[in-house]
This record gives sequence, C-alpha cells and structure tokens, in this order.
Amino acid sequence: MTDAEILAADRLVAGYEPDVPIIRGVSIVVHRGEIVVILGPNGAGKSTLIKAIAGLVPVTAGRIRLAGQDITSVPAHRIVHQGLAFVPQTDNVFTAMTVDENLELSGHILPQARRRRQIEAMCDLFPDLAAQRRSAAGRLSGGQRQMLAIARGLMIEPVVLMLDEPSAGLSPKLVQSCFAKLAEIRQSGVTILLVEQNARAALAIGDRAYVLADGQNRHEAAAEALASDPTVARLYLGGMAAAPQGEANP
Amino acid sequence: MTLQFLADGLVMGAMTGLGAIGLTLTYSILRFANFTHGDLISWGAYFTLVLATLIGAALTHDLQPLGPFSFGWPVVVAGVLAMLLTGLLALLLDYVLFGRLRRRGNAIVMVIASFGASLALRSLLEFMFTSEPTYFSRELQIAFPVGAGIRITPDQLCMLGLAGVLVVAMHLLLTRSHIGRAMRAVSENPALARVVGIDVAAVIRTTWLIGGALACAAGVMLGLTVQIRPYMGFDLLLPLFAAAILGGIGSVPGAIAGGLIVGIAESAGVQLIGANYRAAIAFLLLIAVLLVKPTGLFGVRD
Repeated sequence: MTDAEILAADRLVAGYEPDVPIIRGVSIVVHRGEIVVILGPNGAGKSTLIKAIAGLVPVTAGRIRLAGQDITSVPAHRIVHQGLAFVPQTDNVFTAMTVDENLELSGHILPQARRRRQIEAMCDLFPDLAAQRRSAAGRLSGGQRQMLAIARGLMIEPVVLMLDEPSAGLSPKLVQSCFAKLAEIRQSGVTILLVEQNARAALAIGDRAYVLADGQNRHEAAAEALASDPTVARLYLGGMAAAPQGEANP
Repeated sequence: MTLQFLADGLVMGAMTGLGAIGLTLTYSILRFANFTHGDLISWGAYFTLVLATLIGAALTHDLQPLGPFSFGWPVVVAGVLAMLLTGLLALLLDYVLFGRLRRRGNAIVMVIASFGASLALRSLLEFMFTSEPTYFSRELQIAFPVGAGIRITPDQLCMLGLAGVLVVAMHLLLTRSHIGRAMRAVSENPALARVVGIDVAAVIRTTWLIGGALACAAGVMLGLTVQIRPYMGFDLLLPLFAAAILGGIGSVPGAIAGGLIVGIAESAGVQLIGANYRAAIAFLLLIAVLLVKPTGLFGVRD
C-alpha cells in the first residue's frame, strides 16, 4: 500500500537535546484516509514523535515524508503550508482571542474567500462553537476548547491532522463525542494521526495502531486485533483489556 | 489648586503612554524587560534633530514655523524618517545582541545585557552631542486658555492629537491586521503560534520596528514640549515601566491608560506635594494597583 502513503517517519531519531534522543529510530507509515493511533506507556515518546513530525522537536537522524515530499527539519511554521495540522495536548487555543479570531488566524495561509468558507464549515461541524464566535476562547468550557483546537487544526484544510491526546482532561461523555467527531472528520477525507492514552476509545475509531515503548517501535497491528490482544494490552496499554470501562492510564 | 495639572499631566501621560506601548509589546513578545527602550526614545529625538538640521541647512530660504506651532515642516519630515531609523536601530540591537542571547534562552541575562546596552547608547549620545540640553526650536509658545483655568500651548495640543492618532492606529493594527494578530498570538503562546504557521522571527522583527518607531515618536514629543538631552529617555524609563505594568503587560489600551494615569498623578502630585516626590508617585500608584489587581488594569494574564 506504499502508493497510498501520505505521511511517513523513517528510522526517526529526535529529542530536545542533541545527545539525549527521546525517539530512537521510530518508523511509522500513515496511508491516505486512515486513522492511525500511537499508543504506549507514559514516557514512551508518543508526544515527542508527533512534535518532531510537526517540526517542533529537533530531528537528529531519519527522514519524514509528507505526500511524497521530504519535510525533515522544515521549520514548524513552514510545514503548516504543506497541509500538516497539529493540535497540541495543552494550551492549544489562543485564550485571549475570540473563537473567530482563533479560526481566522489559523486559516491565514488560505486565501480570504476559502478562509471564510472554512470558518463557516467549522461552525457547521461544531455547532457549540457557532454560538460563541465572539467569546474569548479562554471563556469556553474544556470540551468546547478542545473542539476549537480541532477546528483550528482543520482551518488549513489539512492533508493530515495530528492530535496529541485530544481526550485528555475530558469527561467520559465528552471523550465519546470527541472521538465521534474525529470519525466524522475522517469521513470528510482527512487523514488522522492520533496519540492517545485512552487506548480503548482510540482503537474503537482507529484503523491501525503503533505501540511505542522506550522511544522505539514495539508493536504494530490493525486496531481491532490490538484491542483484543490481551498480552499487548497488559504489557503496553496499562491493562486495558482487564479494565473495560477504565481509562488506560497505567 | 488650579486644574492646570490636568493639561500638563495629559500631555506628559500621552508621551509616557506612547513609550509604554513599545515597552509593553517588546516585554510581552520578547519576554524580557528592555532597558534600552528609554534610550531608543532619546536616540529618536536626536535622529530627528540631526535630520531636521540637515534639511534646514540644505534649504536656501528662511524657514517659518508651521501655523501656530513652534516647529517647521523639516521637523515633521525628519520625525517620520527618524521613526524608521529608530526602528532599524532596535533591529540592529536585536541582531547583534538580544537575538544571540535569546537563543540561549536566559531572560535575566537579556535584562542585564539591555542595561549595559542602555548605558552604551546613552554614553554615545553624550559623546556626540554633550549632555547640554538642546531644542528643536527656540520659538516661544503662548499658551491659550481652554476653560476652567486650564491653558495649553498649540504644540501640546498637537502632541495630544498625534498621540491619539498613533494609539488608534496601533489598536487597529493589533486587532484587524494579520501581523497584529500574529503579534498577539506570539505574545500569548509562541509554540502554538509556530503550529498555526506564524513566522515567529518575522513577528519579533516587526515588534522591534514598531517599538522603536513609537519610542522615537515619544522622544520627538518630549523634545518639542520639554527639551532634548541624552538622559531624556532613561529618566522616563521608570514611569514607562510603571505605565506598562499598571495597564497590564501586553495591552496597548492598558499602556496608554497607564501612561495617562501616571502622567496626571505625577502632575497632580507636583502641585499638591512638591516636585521632589514626582518619581515616587508613579510607584505608589503602581504598588496600589498591583495589590488590588496583580495583572494590571487591562491585563488578562500574569
């Protein structure tokens, strides 16, 4: 399926300090239209991996390709122009700006007409936000804020949307609606790469998953197979199979 | 007690506010207290003085002041050019000094470095122009009454108008333009700004240019209504910080409101208590506001 490859990291080595790599030779492939989930225990390097792909963490070895183009070591603000959107886990909206301003700013790389259209599309996708367009993002509830962060990412009409633990800090009910939204977004043709602690919810909407441990690839499987594999669950997902309703935090 | 302190305080406050806008922007976007800001004010005034003198010397006929004002058109043209030059001077400082230190990421080192650079900039002015005060114009201005026992000179009125125009322009820039929104974005969250495709280095350059230009405008106003001397900006630095913090770091309306409050309080204090305590008044106010609202009047975060 390499012809449908949209995003790939090839033997990536990355970390905040050059001599202390956190990611130590990780390879992943994301195909067009997929939802790929990155799982693993705390400290496995999941967040560092997608931050390195987004250009926010220095890469010391290996390559990153987006839609056939090498984007290794391209500065973060340039990568956005190539259609890669990133939604960080925390501080992922500009709290002092209104909902509209957040969307407008995030869509600044689009021509004005397309930007306007995309803002309207986001208001249709997230009706909660549509009602609060002129409120400061800092006044939104946790769930609405997360929706704004995702809408912010979608503003650039991305080829790939990367999310770092979108369910973190949300109530179980909101986690459900957040993942339902992501499934809906995938239906519209956006490829999604997702880092999650909440393995159960993520695997329910994902196609494939990678398990990282200690900065390296440990396991790769179809999401369904992984969710029903008790050994993998116990070793790498914090006993998810044993605790059907629980959060997957170790 | 007459109400004259209101007019004097308003003029002084408008200048303080203009200077404080640049300070509050560099403080919130570059994340350090820039002590050279006062000296950018002085350099702006001297740039204008030199350029206006050159323009005057190149003219063959005698110059008349513009309308009721004490200055002629060369000062206006020179002022605009000097705003650009002062912005470039700020960029140069960033290129040779602050940019290098920023990469090492230590805010304390940057503050101390700016203190050193401030000293050097000030000494350079003293070396070139001596510490003797000088003036844009020796024309006398007659203050005219505006009611309630308040008198104001045409120059002062012009400066108030100019400050108002610049403040409105800055406000529109920050709220309506892309670069303005990008500046607010970097000030709130530089990492997220990069994620949404903002070139943080370009925003920093713009911030220096705007900060320098506004410092120059404050310097020209101060030079026209008081006098020009190498310490003029440095002596204004503490009221500038008071105004910026009072209004809330990062807030343009806050900086101008803080400037006006500091200016009027100082003028009132001079009349009520005496000129010796002028500098203390800004700080009493600052402490009082910080005790009640630590983020400043218009501040949204600490």
